[in-house]
Amino acid sequence: MEPRTFDSADPVAWCPGCGNFGIQAALKAALAALGKKPRELLLVSGIGQAAKMPHYIKANFFNGLHGRALPAAAAAKIANRALTVIVTTGDGDCYGEGGNHFIHNIRRNVDMTVIVHDNQIYGLTRGQASPTSEPGMKTKIQPGGVILAPFPPLETALALGCGFVARGYAAEKEHLTELILAGIRHKGFSLIDVLQPCVSFNKLNTYNWYAGRVYKVGPEHDAADRAAAMTLAALRERLPIGVVYSGAKPSYEELSGLDGLPPLADAQVSGIDIAPVLTDFQ
Amino acid sequence: MKNEISVRITGEAGQGIISAGMMLARLYKDSGRHVFAIQDYMSRIRGGNNFIQVRAAVSPVAAPVERADIIVALDREAVDAGKAALAPGGVLLLDADKFGVKDLGNGWLNAPVYALAQEAGGPIYANSVALGILAALTCGNFDDAAKAVAREFAAKGGEAAAANAQAARKGYEYASQNIKTAAFRLAAAPHARRLLLAGNEALALGAISAGCKFYTAYPMSPSTGIMNTVADYAARYGIIVEQAEDEIAAVNMAAGASFAGVRAMTASSGGGFALMCEGLSLAAMTEIPLVIALVMRPGPATGFPTRTAQEDLEFALHAGHGEFARAVYTPGSPEECFLAARRAFNTAERFQVPALILSDQYLAESFTNTALPDTAGEPPDRGLILDNGAAPGTRRYEYSADGVSPRAIPGRSEALAVADSDEHGPEGHITELAETRIKMTEKRLKLKLAGLAKEILPPTVINPGAGTMLCGFGSTLGVMREACAAANGTGFIHYPQIWPFPAAATLAALKGAGRVLTVENNATGQLARLLLRETGFKPHGSVLKYDGRPFALDEVAAALAGFGAPGR
Repeated sequence: MEPRTFDSADPVAWCPGCGNFGIQAALKAALAALGKKPRELLLVSGIGQAAKMPHYIKANFFNGLHGRALPAAAAAKIANRALTVIVTTGDGDCYGEGGNHFIHNIRRNVDMTVIVHDNQIYGLTRGQASPTSEPGMKTKIQPGGVILAPFPPLETALALGCGFVARGYAAEKEHLTELILAGIRHKGFSLIDVLQPCVSFNKLNTYNWYAGRVYKVGPEHDAADRAAAMTLAALRERLPIGVVYSGAKPSYEELSGLDGLPPLADAQVSGIDIAPVLTDFQ
Repeated sequence: MKNEISVRITGEAGQGIISAGMMLARLYKDSGRHVFAIQDYMSRIRGGNNFIQVRAAVSPVAAPVERADIIVALDREAVDAGKAALAPGGVLLLDADKFGVKDLGNGWLNAPVYALAQEAGGPIYANSVALGILAALTCGNFDDAAKAVAREFAAKGGEAAAANAQAARKGYEYASQNIKTAAFRLAAAPHARRLLLAGNEALALGAISAGCKFYTAYPMSPSTGIMNTVADYAARYGIIVEQAEDEIAAVNMAAGASFAGVRAMTASSGGGFALMCEGLSLAAMTEIPLVIALVMRPGPATGFPTRTAQEDLEFALHAGHGEFARAVYTPGSPEECFLAARRAFNTAERFQVPALILSDQYLAESFTNTALPDTAGEPPDRGLILDNGAAPGTRRYEYSADGVSPRAIPGRSEALAVADSDEHGPEGHITELAETRIKMTEKRLKLKLAGLAKEILPPTVINPGAGTMLCGFGSTLGVMREACAAANGTGFIHYPQIWPFPAAATLAALKGAGRVLTVENNATGQLARLLLRETGFKPHGSVLKYDGRPFALDEVAAALAGFGAPGR
């Protein structure tokens, strides 16, 4: 299968040079390597620049509300577990507006892959601070600089027991492709936080800024070791990319009994007989 | 022999008040009486004052009355809280020794409930002692009471069942020997309404029978009962019940599951439904079928968590930003709750719109003996779903004469399933074209609304054009029915579906009426305003109640008398 299998006819509305293009290319390459057809995939997003991704990839898609991609995606997977479900979201969408869903869907552990385009800025609303913006970053709304401590996505996910935690970089396409593939193949909630320059609004975390900081995690890191993963995730001066943690964990589908049922979407709705349970109300 | 009595069992939370009420209701139902029981409880797990009031009669009953013929008080506070509710000629049973009450009021009767409970094993069995006393006073035989007790404690089994049975027998024997009155003996006649159902249970059973396979909600009184009932039968019917992290998640999960091809539902109350409004709007924009039950409670904000109101009619009609078509069902009885759930799923899928079911705490938690309606007339209809052989390139939001376009179930065919919360063209991709915007608005709003308007559940109309016509929606059905049956020259309209509003049927029913009054559990007369807006007819007044309690039959009768003779 070729990446172009997933080409969409919808014209792309991202800025030239946007990190989203790298993520899009990596995602298409991963899907091609996976060998699933567009009809077998469901891309789910909220609102933001990252959330436009499902329009630009040929697959089933659900472009819902800002912050609400995760609940919609989890339920779609529960309803139709034959689908491969991938969420494309941003730092504002996933860690800000949708923070509660981020926490609880890691706990829920439905089998889906969550790719967070983490550009540390709000792009669609033109350049305000995001939950991952660095303290001191000046914006129109924070002219004196951001004063809030940044949200730590990897450490949060690890603390919540997430079974697959990775960090990618939009400019490292092949590396990111492998991360996405590994995330999809992991059964359960997979988080891939992707460092992504925003060429229009984020003048701080530029391609140059990342070039001096990003490095690939080597074989010396044991991704099955949660404590080592936490240490890696806590690094701030240098930014490791790769699989930070990967470990088997019972998924929602296993624990809920869903794996023992035919896909809910295939269930008949006609001829359901409730007479046997009415004796409970006599 | 009396044709009707009302019995109140009252005490603090944790004393088994509801359990006693269930036993009493079952005892009456199974011995040839009709029953209607209301639950009145405080938002706390222990202490306070709660009661259950069971109205039993030889003919069907559908509303509470204000006063009880027999009140059984299980603690000292309940005596003071309940004494004003004693009907003339009634009796208030209390354990005066236990409560330290020296002066018995008029109609008060001392009974050693706690001594008898102690003989059975402890004070926790006081509720079953009370049941035994009530069986002696109102039925005069113990067999039916014994069955009701056995049934109530069957699940707990062994010791609890035996001790409660013994407690009930002690209460029965005590009353038979010491309370020599036949004044409360209740007539009986066989009937076929064998189910004892609350609105929440009936709504859940309707959803299960309609093929709901995914139910998600965040617990909130008084909507939680629906989730409890669905959860009880989830394993049997292959339903996944998922407790969401908040109501925003619940509504988005329901939408996601429905998009993926499942009949899905959520429910909430008050503030929880307020949180769902954006998701409601999402379902409308994406044309995803969505069923939401809103079980109303008094607001604003947290309000009265365990009490009742019909304050959210206008909210339900307008909830969600933007303009779009919806259906709002307003069932008035457990049977109507069952049917509303089935109809809501069909409407949601056939028109690809949000379908709301508006209930309230009173309807949700009061229970009555009933027979579920025949469902053959409402078979599940999933609307336009593309079959497995569908070709790629089918446009999700294709324009059509009725505004409804075929939808793909993701994964089922080469046709891709699409949902977009942005304004979109027929393919489901983002657009900002003015012309597309107009056509899509007409599709989602006007065309669908016109279709929905052709299939409104017809209002129940009794005595059209009567001198006094009452109008109500939802839970006022029972009280209007009984009040009208008791008053000459009175009729009523009940709306089991309030939106789209059945304007023509309303005007036909009101033609020739002397005066028109709405009956509403709110402070502002929301139905009266809706009626004026939709028909141009201005009701002459409204019977309103907004103290958090349901209408009692005698209250509505008194209010009708208070409005004086119709004259225009």
